[in-house]
Amino acid sequence: MNKSLGVNVKTGGNEVKNTTCYMCACRCGIRVTLRQGEVRYIEGNPDHPLNKGVICAKGASGIMKQHSPARLTKPLLRKKGSDRGAAEFEEITWDSAFSILERRLAKIRETDPKKFALFTGRDQMQALTGLFAKQFGTPNYAAHGGFCSVNMAAGMIYSIGGSFWEFGGPDLERARLFVMIGTAEDHHSNPLKMAISKFKRSGGRFVSINPVRTGYSAIADEWVPIKPGTDGALLLALNHELILHGLYDRDFLIQYTNAAELVNQDEDSNEFGMFVRAEVPADEGCFDPPNKLWWDRNLDRAILARSEKADPKLLGHYTLADGTPVKTAFQLLVERLRQYTPEWAETVTGVPADTIRRLAHEMGVTARDQKIELPISWTDVWGREHDSVTGNPVAFHAMRGLAAHSNGFQTIRALSILMTVLGTIDRPGGFRHKAPFPRPIPPCAKTPNDPSAVRPGTPLGDMPLGWPAEPDDLFVDEHGEPVRIDKAFSWEYPLAVHGMMHNVITNATRGDPYRIDTLMIFMANMAWNSTMNTVEVRKMLNEKDENGEFKIPFLVVCDTFQSETVAFADLVLPDTTYLERHDVMSMLDRPISEYEGPVDSVRIPVIDPPSGCKPFQEVLIELASRLGFPKFVHKDGRRKFKDYPDFVVNYETDPGSGIGFLAGWRGENGDQFMKGSPNPNQWEKYRQNNCVYQYHLPKSYQYMRNWNMGYLEWAQDHRLVRYAEAINLHIYSEVLQQFRLAAQGKTSDRQPPDRLRKRIETYFDPLPFYYEPLESRMTDKGKYPLKAITQRPMAMYHSWDSQNAWLRQIHSHNYLYMSPLVGKEQEFSDGDWIWVESMWGKVKCMCRFSEAVEPGTVWTWNAIGKANGAWNLAPGSDEAKKGFLLNHLISEELPAAEHESYSNSDPITGQAAWYDVQVRVYPAEDGKNMSMPQFDKMKPVPGVSKKRKPWLAYFAGEKQ
Amino acid sequence: MSKQLALVIDLNVCVGCHACVTSCKEWNTSGSAGALPDERPYGKDPSGTFFNRVQTFEVGEFPNVETVHFPKSCLHCEDPPCVPVCPTGASYKREEDGIVLVDYDKCIGCEYCSWACPYGAREIDTRQKVMKKCTLCVDRIYDPELPESERKPACVLACPTSARLFGDVNDPDSEVSVAIREEGGYQLMPEWGTNPANHYLPRRKQRITIHEDELIRADSPLKKEGVHPHGPVEDVTLDDVTSW
Amino acid sequence: MNPAFSVIFLTTLIGTGQGLFIAVVFGQPYSGSGTSNYGLVATILAFAFLAAGLFASFFHLGRPERAWRAVTEWRTSWLSREVIALPIAMILVLIYALLQWIPGLVDGKGMNIIGLAGVFVMLALFFCTGMIYACVKFLQEWATPWTIINYTVLGTASGFVLATALSAALDVARLGEFKGLAIAFTLIGLITRLFSFQRNNRIKYRSSIQTAVGIKHRKITQRSMGHTGGSFNTRAFFHHCSHKLISNLRLVVIVIVFVIPVAMLILYGYLPREEILWAAFIVQYIGLLAERWLFFAQANHPQNLYYQTVG
Ligand SMILES: Nc1nc2c(c(=O)[nH]1)N[C@H]1C(S)=C(S)[C@@H](COP(=O)(O)OP(=O)(O)OC[C@H]3O[C@@H](n4cnc5c(=O)[nH]c(N)nc54)[C@H](O)[C@@H]3O)O[C@H]1N2
Ligand SMILES: Nc1nc2c(c(=O)[nH]1)N[C@H]1C(S)=C(S)[C@@H](COP(=O)(O)OP(=O)(O)OC[C@H]3O[C@@H](n4cnc5c(=O)[nH]c(N)nc54)[C@H](O)[C@@H]3O)O[C@H]1N2
Ligand code: SF4
Ligand code: SF4
Ligand code: SF4
Ligand code: SF4
Ligand code: SF4
Ligand SMILES: [Mo]
Repeated sequence: MNKSLGVNVKTGGNEVKNTTCYMCACRCGIRVTLRQGEVRYIEGNPDHPLNKGVICAKGASGIMKQHSPARLTKPLLRKKGSDRGAAEFEEITWDSAFSILERRLAKIRETDPKKFALFTGRDQMQALTGLFAKQFGTPNYAAHGGFCSVNMAAGMIYSIGGSFWEFGGPDLERARLFVMIGTAEDHHSNPLKMAISKFKRSGGRFVSINPVRTGYSAIADEWVPIKPGTDGALLLALNHELILHGLYDRDFLIQYTNAAELVNQDEDSNEFGMFVRAEVPADEGCFDPPNKLWWDRNLDRAILARSEKADPKLLGHYTLADGTPVKTAFQLLVERLRQYTPEWAETVTGVPADTIRRLAHEMGVTARDQKIELPISWTDVWGREHDSVTGNPVAFHAMRGLAAHSNGFQTIRALSILMTVLGTIDRPGGFRHKAPFPRPIPPCAKTPNDPSAVRPGTPLGDMPLGWPAEPDDLFVDEHGEPVRIDKAFSWEYPLAVHGMMHNVITNATRGDPYRIDTLMIFMANMAWNSTMNTVEVRKMLNEKDENGEFKIPFLVVCDTFQSETVAFADLVLPDTTYLERHDVMSMLDRPISEYEGPVDSVRIPVIDPPSGCKPFQEVLIELASRLGFPKFVHKDGRRKFKDYPDFVVNYETDPGSGIGFLAGWRGENGDQFMKGSPNPNQWEKYRQNNCVYQYHLPKSYQYMRNWNMGYLEWAQDHRLVRYAEAINLHIYSEVLQQFRLAAQGKTSDRQPPDRLRKRIETYFDPLPFYYEPLESRMTDKGKYPLKAITQRPMAMYHSWDSQNAWLRQIHSHNYLYMSPLVGKEQEFSDGDWIWVESMWGKVKCMCRFSEAVEPGTVWTWNAIGKANGAWNLAPGSDEAKKGFLLNHLISEELPAAEHESYSNSDPITGQAAWYDVQVRVYPAEDGKNMSMPQFDKMKPVPGVSKKRKPWLAYFAGEKQ
Repeated sequence: MSKQLALVIDLNVCVGCHACVTSCKEWNTSGSAGALPDERPYGKDPSGTFFNRVQTFEVGEFPNVETVHFPKSCLHCEDPPCVPVCPTGASYKREEDGIVLVDYDKCIGCEYCSWACPYGAREIDTRQKVMKKCTLCVDRIYDPELPESERKPACVLACPTSARLFGDVNDPDSEVSVAIREEGGYQLMPEWGTNPANHYLPRRKQRITIHEDELIRADSPLKKEGVHPHGPVEDVTLDDVTSW
Repeated sequence: MNPAFSVIFLTTLIGTGQGLFIAVVFGQPYSGSGTSNYGLVATILAFAFLAAGLFASFFHLGRPERAWRAVTEWRTSWLSREVIALPIAMILVLIYALLQWIPGLVDGKGMNIIGLAGVFVMLALFFCTGMIYACVKFLQEWATPWTIINYTVLGTASGFVLATALSAALDVARLGEFKGLAIAFTLIGLITRLFSFQRNNRIKYRSSIQTAVGIKHRKITQRSMGHTGGSFNTRAFFHHCSHKLISNLRLVVIVIVFVIPVAMLILYGYLPREEILWAAFIVQYIGLLAERWLFFAQANHPQNLYYQTVG
């Protein structure tokens, strides 16, 4: 091979194919070079709008995924009589796998469809899996969102109609000040890295608020170490300080938010806390009709909000003609913020009051004095012409550091309001939406709201997941009790818009609210890193009832690799890798849109899968056809779609609607976007165009989209939204107030069960407030003084890269990082073995001292520790013996108070509260240098490679 | 001065993502430097040959601490101590572009050059038993079959923050020379006179200075609400106590 | 540095061989009897040591079949020079043996010339070997004339101790001189080695974490070396032994390389049993292995600054 260097080795003669990466959820465009059928090189596709040629550590290690020893290659059936978790399997054929599934699922569907639950992890095909569940007729469907970052989605979407995560982001191209909160890596990995570096190089100032300084925070101009779970206090104090100094964008607040709108303050009224509404004939819409009131300064009376020539007051309390006392929403906010002084916040957050003040001033003055004005004319929904787009160049980004706490929703509301007060929503230099956002507040999609929606043999009428706008939208029975197995959309977690996957196994095992029959898990490692309370959950998966039947009778796992969860399956379906299958990143799901317009993309296989592997998409199409789902078969029962690619091209959400999974090159000639009849050439078009379709909105449609008539009408024309109406920002959340009123017994319709009234009343506050995370509040902080959190390592994706020979060398095991002060107090040294213990259990691990962590916090990299033998790593591998998983210390439920057990989640959204756990650490003196707990060794399952190579020297095209 | 190709690494933007680490491995293992072996790839304590590593240092004490991500590969020293010690001539520095290379056909795997590199930039190939190290992707950067824009090292193309600049440090007008000059580029361990061609750019801080009198402006929106931005004037004033 | 056993054997074996040869040549004028085959045996033994060292060195090479290439860079590489000097030395030793085996080929003067040439090459070889280490300027423990002096003196000492033992077996006539010189060289070795220990104790390292990463700050700590798996850098440059072991080993070396052998040589004067001399040689040789191990282990390679912390 290497005949002496320096001689030109020609790269030519190789085959080059484009597809989309899926070493993580960022979905970069990649160029795969093959040499004699083997992957020689994977690089970023320079012509791809997302990553423009760059790639990350994971993406560049894709080759090793292809050569993983943990690769599943045969459908597997648990051996009769063996325990779940023992990984005793026999190989079966796909034919028998399908007939097992068909028989079982048909029976469930004909009797009680909700006994089938489909939960998927960090996948990118919720459009298909959601459709499958809906067609099956089960409400018991969700993906990772609930245990991931639903607080982020809900907190922001319920406030501004869009959010960070995959729905919008900071405009670092034009921002001058960038504040990043609680983000280690996030989904927009490569684009964010590109943007931050460009931002810094163009002289922008970058502040990071995070208990830990690594990754992005490392290159911040200022690091603000904060105590975990206290950002709400900081954000409220920032709001306080800004408003105190008049550093808010008054015009923006008045016109584009509900800040100046009048709120009923009559405590005796059932309308207390609701906006006062004028009698205006309202369109039948799913959101904010334009019938609220302002107080006009000149007339000194209430007038219809946004009336022409009105000069409204932003602050103040007034009395309406009928005697009703009212206040502007902003007045209520100011009153709320009064208590949240920087001095107060210092005591909660550990951030000095002076720093808080300075940060507020930096934000406020930058926003006010460095205004951007772009010569782009646009027209707002009220018909007013603007000859420029303006912006206040302060951008934020936040993720799970805010979301993964049980106070996250209100914290993220506080952030949304901060961004709004600064006037930075969908404006240059601030926050920018990505299609199909902005959505109405809340978005229109609703779940069924009645148990009768679940009927044998019948698809669900509504979506399995949706956005409740009022108590009537909850999915509860006549007693107000949950219909879904995870209790999402019930009074316990009313706005659980992404479901609550983290409670499925516990609830199903307990039969609370009911037992199910079949649980299908796709692309989620629920017996390990994506579950809380891992030790117990693994027991639950194996738990039997008094008849000797498993409490969860049938468990189907679809995975590509021999994960920890595979060991617990009754039926294992071996999937393909991302290089071997068709995939779509659909506008119906979470596309890869850019600020400038919608973008969707696809994967097209670049190599063939092993013969025993089948894409899960094909499995679903096959099952849907066999089970005769209406959307998948003709009237006479013949199947409609040959395979997944065929489905993607020909499926329309409604027959003739012209809307399908892919938005690009629709219509017979491929000249339509979003809406158009199926185009048989669609895949080919994507193939020719780097596997991506990008729609460039005209400049005048690219900003202020919540109110941009051009944009909204375009979006309506293309069926991105139903209504072309203003999406005004919710400084004050009437949606929340409605739930509160119900809890107070002030409404005539649905009210929560009595045991939940107090809870709803407390947390459904229409204005953001700070409360200590639920678990911390129930923790003996004298005993467990430290907060424990995890971070994503940039070079690993959750649990799935330990099988990757290159990536695992970067992170084969993990340490618990902490301030040296902690070690000093507990008398252990850097590198020592220690116990870390929460009220739920203890884990043994190695410690590493670090100066770059808030001294009350300990942290580790997420999901590095593995169960012995899992991922077909040699028994005793570093991952199992030196690595550890923090999840053992985190409970899926809060300490049971009296009779109630609540999920360890945000009480509003059901977001899993991963980062609320409190711990103590102390030296491990048993002398055994091995992490704990340990689990029985997982055996290699049939079909995975039996011989682990003692060494590897990969050279593409030279089969070894 | 003759050409000296090099990398310039901007610590001001490197986020420590390791993209340069694995893209380097990926390019080189199937390239003319390959294969780059891994020992016990799926066993206990795996280990392998990489040309580039990204390390992390902490500077200072909490809360005044900087976390510095620090990529390191062969620095292609202008006066490379690793070259003259090599008994076989396998290690050499190219006249034409200053790249320090190992001729794998000559190398006897004596490891002496690795002792003679103060930076720990060389790694033995445990299978071929010869010494290897960063080649500056010599098999990419001159490849006429690649488009001009891609005739760069794999790690440079991969780096999402473009923290890795590539060019001729002896050409005063090159991007790298300008960066070294203008951004304070420096060399590692200058005490040994190795004169590394690779340079590092330090952290730079951006601050905002706000003067007291900038906080509240004449057109403060508070005035519109009848709120005096400096606080209410309720205390006694001269008007209350005297007349003239 | 992580001591490489092949190199430890290489340097100690050839050192003894070189020393022994020097002793033989030195002893030549004393070889009055002509009946003893001492000279021949000792020369062959010296050759054997050199050959064994050469053999050991192959274990250090990844590609021993290409070892011949190592002679090419004699202009710059001390390793190359060693690789040239060693065979020349061996050839001279062989010739010297041959001349003793077939007496009369050359006269005494010729013998002396060849012998002195051999001694010169031996010293040159000591110099080359020493310079291999001493020329790596940033390995500050090595980059000192003491390295060369120690290689030379310790090799010579062990050669003379061996020569003493050998003469006790074959030719008592020259024993006195050998023993005296063996004691002398060992004691000189003790002094030079103590000097070098002392010097190394006081080294001010020119490289620091600050110069390694180019940041000026009193407190810089590594949090991660970039990989939790091992690498060449963590294997080849670290001995992974405790400081305590190292400082204890220093004492052990002093005792078994210097004190015990000298004591035994002196003891022989009172209790003239051949075994004592052989034991002195063996003890000292083992000590030298440890000394060489220390020589490596004590050297702090600046690259280690980059590989402090797994994380
Ligand atoms: N390389 C890589 N990329 C990934 C993933 C991966 O596994 N690997 N996973 C993907 C997925 S599914 C997700 S959800 C995203 C998540 O992306 P992130 O939200 O960036 O994920 P986390 O690693 O949870 O980062 C949380 C950050 O918040 C900080 N933090 C914790 N608690 C608090 C707090 O109370 N306040 C503040 N201010 N900060 C806090 C932590 O220190 C950490 O830096 O990443 C995605 N991208
Ligand atoms: N302590 C702690 N726990 C956490 C988090 C945290 O921050 N701290 N983060 C949480 C978050 S945000 C998330 S999103 C979850 C993620 O948790 P999961 O969604 O469970 O993610 P993974 O661990 O990557 O597991 C995904 C599974 O998909 C498999 N897989 C990979 N590629 C494919 C494929 O192409 N097809 C199929 N069928 N399977 C495939 C992998 O082998 C693996 O078994 O973890 C959560 N858990
Ligand atoms: S960021 Fe994610 S999608 Fe992009 S290259 Fe890396 S692994 Fe692939
Ligand atoms: S790829 Fe760039 S940002 Fe990432 S570690 Fe390497 S130099 Fe730093
Ligand atoms: S960095 Fe090391 S290997 Fe590279 S040229 Fe300099 S001395 Fe030689
Ligand atoms: S290992 Fe190879 S390149 Fe290095 S000094 Fe020895 S022969 Fe030269
Ligand atoms: S220049 Fe090439 S060989 Fe050197 S570190 Fe970068 S990718 Fe690796
Ligand atoms: Mo996630």
